[in-house]
Amino acid sequence: MKHLPNLSGKIIAVAIASIFLVACKSTPMKDKPAGVEDKSPTAATKPADSGADTSGVKEVVVDSNANNAGNNPLKDPNNILSKRNIYFDFDSDAVKAEYRPIVEAHAKYLLAHADAKMVVQGNTDERGTREYNLSLGQRRSVAVKKALNLLGVQDKQIETVSYGEEKAAVNCADEDCYQKNRRADIVYEGD
Amino acid sequence: MRIICWIFFCAIFLSTPIANAALEIEISGGGAQQIPIAVVPFGGAANIKDNIGEIIAADLHRSGLFRILETRGMANLPTSPSQIKYAEWVALQAQAVTVGNVESVAGGRFKVSFHLMDALKQTQLAGMDYQIAPSQMRATAHKIADIIYQKLTGQAGIFASRIAYITKTGKRYALQVADADGFNPQTVVSSNEPLISPSWSPDGTKLAYVSFEKKKPIVFVQSLTSGNRVILANYKGNNSAPAWSPDGSKLAIVLTYGANSQIYTIDSNGGGLKQITKSNAIDTEPAFSPDGNWIYFSSDRGGKPQIYKVPADGGSPSRVTFEGGYNVSPRFSPDGKSLAYIRNDGGKFRVALQDLASGQVQLLSEGSQDESPSFAPNGRVILYATKVRGRGALAAVSSDGKVRQRLNDSSGGDVREPAWGPLAN
Repeated sequence: MKHLPNLSGKIIAVAIASIFLVACKSTPMKDKPAGVEDKSPTAATKPADSGADTSGVKEVVVDSNANNAGNNPLKDPNNILSKRNIYFDFDSDAVKAEYRPIVEAHAKYLLAHADAKMVVQGNTDERGTREYNLSLGQRRSVAVKKALNLLGVQDKQIETVSYGEEKAAVNCADEDCYQKNRRADIVYEGD
Repeated sequence: MRIICWIFFCAIFLSTPIANAALEIEISGGGAQQIPIAVVPFGGAANIKDNIGEIIAADLHRSGLFRILETRGMANLPTSPSQIKYAEWVALQAQAVTVGNVESVAGGRFKVSFHLMDALKQTQLAGMDYQIAPSQMRATAHKIADIIYQKLTGQAGIFASRIAYITKTGKRYALQVADADGFNPQTVVSSNEPLISPSWSPDGTKLAYVSFEKKKPIVFVQSLTSGNRVILANYKGNNSAPAWSPDGSKLAIVLTYGANSQIYTIDSNGGGLKQITKSNAIDTEPAFSPDGNWIYFSSDRGGKPQIYKVPADGGSPSRVTFEGGYNVSPRFSPDGKSLAYIRNDGGKFRVALQDLASGQVQLLSEGSQDESPSFAPNGRVILYATKVRGRGALAAVSSDGKVRQRLNDSSGGDVREPAWGPLAN
């Protein structure tokens, strides 16, 4: 039996498993092209040879790289455009008045930069199921998009997506913690 | 019962070297009528690492339907039917006795033979020979356990099937596949962005899942053997919640474009996109009925999230759940007779099981943040995600609620999003 050597430490340690796995032979990682039909330059693919076992599984690694932008009003901490988080009340997707200046600044930027593209990422806290929370987070990103639409921004410049609870602080014990998770994040293409 | 089980596991693994982590498996409860069976240690080649008899015994024990009789201290440990002194085993109340042998054959391979004998009638219930590579020892043990389970309970065994789940260790996410007993974990894909919602193709060769590697949810389909992965859906907005149709020809997915989640179907080759639900509400978490005629889903079209169903090729949805203010994540039993889902029961998220004919609902799990129910392919067990001391873990409960198991990741990571694969071929 062969297993993937870079995993043994962090594997679900359904670990009676590893009692047996430690006795197994490791196979060195081999870099060879994966059959990935994904042309993105950020998708690194490093399949590992898992052996000829019929139960063998080919591993694929898909790390995304954070891009560093240079001098840019969107990144300038003194510019309101660097403010990217809009927080919501419990069970609500209404954009509160206190976030109006942020929404207006980003609308102005998008109107002035016709080729700029924004992604609004909705978020929820961890209560409830992952897929349902993905849909709930989407409500919040759509609410931000609608606020931008009202200021004249076209849909073609905005994509609304959701991370659901995937970026949530976990094991919250109080409202302070939960509140931080009820959020929409503004991200620009190239951020 | 719990202490007995724990002792059972100690006995089995006492002589095994300690690895870098330890499985915490707890089994509580058990079938009212457990079948007493003696699994005699296999004879023959002593130098093999995986002890087939122990693996079979552990499988049968975990099902909760068997009482594994102690064989240590027995003067006679038969390895073939002719050596069995039935009176000794009947005295221990054994209804069945399993004997077997492993011998080296040419080419570094092994011949594994086993016999399942009726202890009272002294007749053979099953017998098989396998010629295998050393790496197939555990898989062969699971196949034998499946045969024993099937012969003695009349139902398909699930020990040779596999499970998929997501691990999060530090900031790293991995989709892994393991044997049904948690052994032999292998990484299918790993990423520094979230992975969620793995879904097995009905033939067990592929997994569909959602990856955030491009900073948004996109649905991929990946072959387990070749690693070949293709984007199934990357439309504007979210692409999530893949669920295969029973014939594997298409998947139900959830897309948003610039608005709320809606259910679509798409051919497994990425063509034939079709919108199934059209609402201003959230429609998500689709699941095909086993006959392929319906898609059940979660929706808040009535205010609070409830489960609805819609004809699989579109039409008018109708409501399925009425009790409780939050019912989501519908999953069908393989026979199509019951529906597992997650209910918010006074702030506690639990696995519920609804009999579709009577409408009767039973809360099966005991956690407070349980999610992602997934039936074993014989319908006897529901695997789900739970939290133990704030950490993601997997748990399983028999569909009658009597047998419980928990699998923790003792390396410190999180385990979540389990999906039980189809029956092994």
